This record gives sequence, C-alpha cells and structure tokens, in this order.
Amino acid sequence: MSTDTAALGVTPRRVVLSEWTKLRTLRSTVFSLLAAVAFLIGFSVLVPVVVVTHWPPDNARDALTFDPVGASLVGGFFAQLAVGVLGVLIVTGEYATGMIRATLSAVPKRLPVLWAKTLVYGVTCLVLMGLALLAAFLIGQTILSSEGIDASLGDKGVPRVLVGTALYLTGIGMLGLALGALLRNTAGSITALFGLLFVVPTVVHFLPASWSDAIAKYLPSNAGTVITSLQPGSESLGPWTGLLVFFLYTAVALGVAAFALTRRDA
Amino acid sequence: MIEAHGLTKRYGDKLAVDGLSLVVRPGVVTGFLGPNGAGKSTTMRMILGLDRPTAGSVTVNGKAYREHSAPMHEVGALLEARSIHTGRSARNHLLALAQTHGIASSRVDELLEVVGLKDVARKRVKGFSLGMGQRLGIATALLGDPNTLVLDEPVNGLDPEGIRWIRELLKERAAGGRTVLVSSHLMSEMAQTADHLLVIGKGRLIADVGVREFIASAGRNLVRVRTTDPQKLTALLAKAKANVTPVDDGALSVAGMSTDEIGIAAGQAGITLLELTPQAASLEEAFMELTHDSLEFSGSAS
Ligand SMILES: Nc1ncnc2c1ncn2[C@@H]1O[C@H](COP(=O)(O)OP(=O)(O)OP(=O)(O)O)[C@@H](O)[C@H]1O
Ligand SMILES: [Mg+2]
Repeated sequence: MSTDTAALGVTPRRVVLSEWTKLRTLRSTVFSLLAAVAFLIGFSVLVPVVVVTHWPPDNARDALTFDPVGASLVGGFFAQLAVGVLGVLIVTGEYATGMIRATLSAVPKRLPVLWAKTLVYGVTCLVLMGLALLAAFLIGQTILSSEGIDASLGDKGVPRVLVGTALYLTGIGMLGLALGALLRNTAGSITALFGLLFVVPTVVHFLPASWSDAIAKYLPSNAGTVITSLQPGSESLGPWTGLLVFFLYTAVALGVAAFALTRRDA
Repeated sequence: MIEAHGLTKRYGDKLAVDGLSLVVRPGVVTGFLGPNGAGKSTTMRMILGLDRPTAGSVTVNGKAYREHSAPMHEVGALLEARSIHTGRSARNHLLALAQTHGIASSRVDELLEVVGLKDVARKRVKGFSLGMGQRLGIATALLGDPNTLVLDEPVNGLDPEGIRWIRELLKERAAGGRTVLVSSHLMSEMAQTADHLLVIGKGRLIADVGVREFIASAGRNLVRVRTTDPQKLTALLAKAKANVTPVDDGALSVAGMSTDEIGIAAGQAGITLLELTPQAASLEEAFMELTHDSLEFSGSAS
C-alpha cells in the first residue's frame, strides 16, 4: 500500500510535466509564441534595411550615435505584448473554461500548479526568446554590415543586452501569469499588465519633476528595459540593478497570486 | 467513505450548506438528492477542497481531500459545470491530468475507448456535444481508478445507452466495495440507481434512508397495473382496500398496495398481469413532500 502511493501520486516533477503538456497542446500558445518570434525576426530585417537604404543619414550626429544593436532588436517591444498576453492566458484560460477545477482537483495543494506553470512558461520563454533574439541580432547585423555599421557578438555590452532582453521578456511573461492568477479574468489581467507597463510611467511623467524623477526609474518597465539598450541613459538604474528591481515586481506579484490561490474558492 | 461534520458554506448572505453532517458508506450507491439550490453541488465542491467550508469539515477516507498524496486515486469527480479547456483535444486533456499522478498514457487511451470517445480523441473539445463533454468528464473521474466516485448529475445530457452505462458502472463500483456518491434532483432516476439516499433541502440534511425504505414510507405509493381483465382486478383490489383508478390507456393506477401485494393477490385469483410498475410520479411526489416539510421525515430517518 505504501509502495503504491509512493509510485502513484502527485510530485512536483509530475506537475511540471503536466503543465508542459498543457502549454504545448493549445493553439493560443503556438500562435502567441510564433507572433513573438515573428516580431523579433521581422523587425530585425525591416529596421536595418531601412537604415542601410538611407545611410549615411543627413545629420552627421545621427551617424555617430547610431545603435546597431538596438536597430536589430526593435521587435522586442512587440514580442513583449505577445509574451505577456500568453502569460495571462495560461491561467485565465483555465478559469474561463472551468479547467481550473480539474487542475486543482488533481493537485489540491494548489501551489505546485502555480510554480509549475511559472517554471514551464519561464523556461519556454527564456529559451525561445533567447534564440529568437540571437537570430534577430545576427540577421540585423548581417544587413547592417553592407554599410560597415554592424556590431559583433563579442562587442562590449552585446551579450548583456541579448541575455538581458531575453530575461526581461521572460519576466513579462511571468508578470502576466501572476496577474492572470490574481485577477482570473483575461481582459482585466491584460489591461492591468499593460497599464502597469505603459500607462503608469506616462502618468508618473506628469507628476511634479521632483516626484517623477524619484519614482520613474523604479517603475517596472523603466527598470526592466535598462538592460535592453547598449547605452542606458544616465538617470536610469544600472542594467542589472534595473532587471533585479523588475524581477522583484514579478516576484511580489507571484507571491500575492500564490497567497490568493490558496485562500480563494476555485 | 466520506464523512462531513457540521459542514457549512456561506456565499455572502446566502447560506448554501447549513451544518451538514453525513456519512457516505462504501459498498452502496448513495444518491444525493435535493431540489435546485439545495446545496448538492456546493457540498461536492467542498468534498474536493475546491470551495473552503465556512465552518465544519469533510474528509475522504479519514483525511481532508487535499491531504491525500494521490488524490485522483482517492476520489474521482465529475462536477456540475464543465471543467475542461475546450481548446485542447480530449486525449491531451486526460493526458495532462494523468501526468500529475504518473498515470500511464495507455490508461488514457483505454478510458477514451471505455467512454466511447476513441474516434474523437484527437479532436478539440470545443466541438463536442453536451453528452460527449459529459463522457469526457466521466473519463476524467475514472482516470485514477478511484476508491470513491463523486458525480454531480452524471446523466445530464447522456443518451439512453449512456445513462444505462453509467448506472451499471455505478452499481458495479459499489458492488466492488467502493464509495459512490451521485447527485440528482430526480427521484425517479435515483430510484433506479441508488441503494441509499441522502436528501437535502436548503443546505440541511432532511433524510438519510435506504431507497426501499423511502419508497415504502412514501405513503402515496402508486402502482401502475395492466391486466387482461381490468374489471375483475379492480374488484379484487378494491376488496383489499386499495384505491383503484383507471388510467387513459386502459391501465390501472393502484394506491395503497405494494407491487408485491398486488402481484400475489392477482396470482392467487388467477388474473393475468401484463405490467406491474411502481410509479415514478409517486416517488417524485413523495420527494416533493419530503423536501417541502423537512420535519416530517427527520423522525423516520436512521
Ligand atoms: N459560487 C457561488 N457564489 C454564490 N452563491 C452560490 C455559489 N455557488 C452556489 N451558490 C448558491 O448556493 C445555493 C446552493 O447551490 P448549489 O449549486 O450547491 O445547489 P444544487 O443543490 O447543486 O442545485 P442544482 O440541483 O440546481 O444543481 C444556491 O442558492 C446557489 O445560488
Ligand atoms: Mg448542482
């Protein structure tokens, strides 16, 4: 009997496998992730092509400050939308369909489900976005090299930008997942996610300068995107500090979601 | 075995389940009966730890559901509302749930065959009919070959063949010593499936009785009888103080005698009976009386 229950039963590894099956068997996953990759690759062709056709720029200063890395990674902005929405859907899709009751009946301790979803989606994002960013970088630089204005992988700061952007996109996915688990409603969670990322910084911008200067750099999107540019502005946090602050938001959101998950009726 | 002690659930102002104490025993099919809004589904969700009781507790085989290390082997559940992501195929739905417990994928395929969904196993659930969705829900409940089944209105949407299949399944499981709790608001359905009844109304336990006892005590037993000689039978039964009324189609409706008594009386008088059926309507009536006035039966329970 005891060997029976040891062989058959819920383990963290099994919950992870289950969540992986759930993730890969939905069209929304495939569509969202394809969209994220398409944005990254598409803009890595588009922007550099536009740049080289108009090179050199009319203004000589523009030539000096040109950022070849940024030019190849413009798609990252749009990829975050896809990755964030999918993070939300991974949880709210279960609430909308009632699947969550089956999930929580199978794993009634509940928290392993949230951790497994976070892990599975986090790793998926990190690997896929990492590879897509690398491809986007290489494609963009190949196009820029026709004018001799390309950067190379070994250049100072380039690995940091690529790894950092992949981590930032992964964090956006996890933030979406946490908000989805907290709000349990697709539209509300997506609104909250993009409100937090894009609207809050705008609102803060209109506060008195002494306030906005103090607050702005700590906002999630402002802190998290420092690492995505080769030469961050002087007022912002350092790239890794910024990413850490960003991940703190994600961790807090996940923590609150976990607390709510164990307390609320399914 | 399911045991509830003072189980209570309040949603805002609404007291859905009110101090429910009950025991669901293994070896018999227990019908969980009550009118709409009585609190059956809420009780079942609390058994599964999906809704947290406001007060009281409920255990399955001595432990709260969430304390079991292999909950799907302990309890298989079919809930009232569909609990299936419609974007996934039937097979992938079952597979994902099976994987949480390390249940082999061969078991998934086996169950798809058992519930008759083999041909649509790889189709997305979005296109499933009500009955197909119900079959998939039942497959989910059976996945862990559980000791206890908790099914909320399982025949909902099933065709006659499916209904018969479910009844057999429940009886077979109970006969094998497992615990089976199945809810319904149809007394007639329960009369054919259950051995024991837990009747609730307004969140409270009204009756905890065997089905036979309940039918016997229902008082207003009506039996439908068809015979080759209605006049002779009417005279005979009237002598036995039964109340006999002819029904439209030539059959007789008999009140005050059991099917056994009528059968024996007719046999002794040499009257040929063509049909002898305890009437569903009478059970339904008895059930309604019971749930209208909870005090009337609380004395006769247990
Ligand atoms: N999540 C909820 N929030 C608020 N009220 C609820 C909730 N779930 C159930 N109720 C209320 O609790 C009461 C009991 O509902 P429940 O679904 O348990 O009844 P039931 O016996 O299953 O009825 P039915 O036969 O119609 O399925 C009802 O009045 C219902 O409106
Ligand atoms: Mg119900």
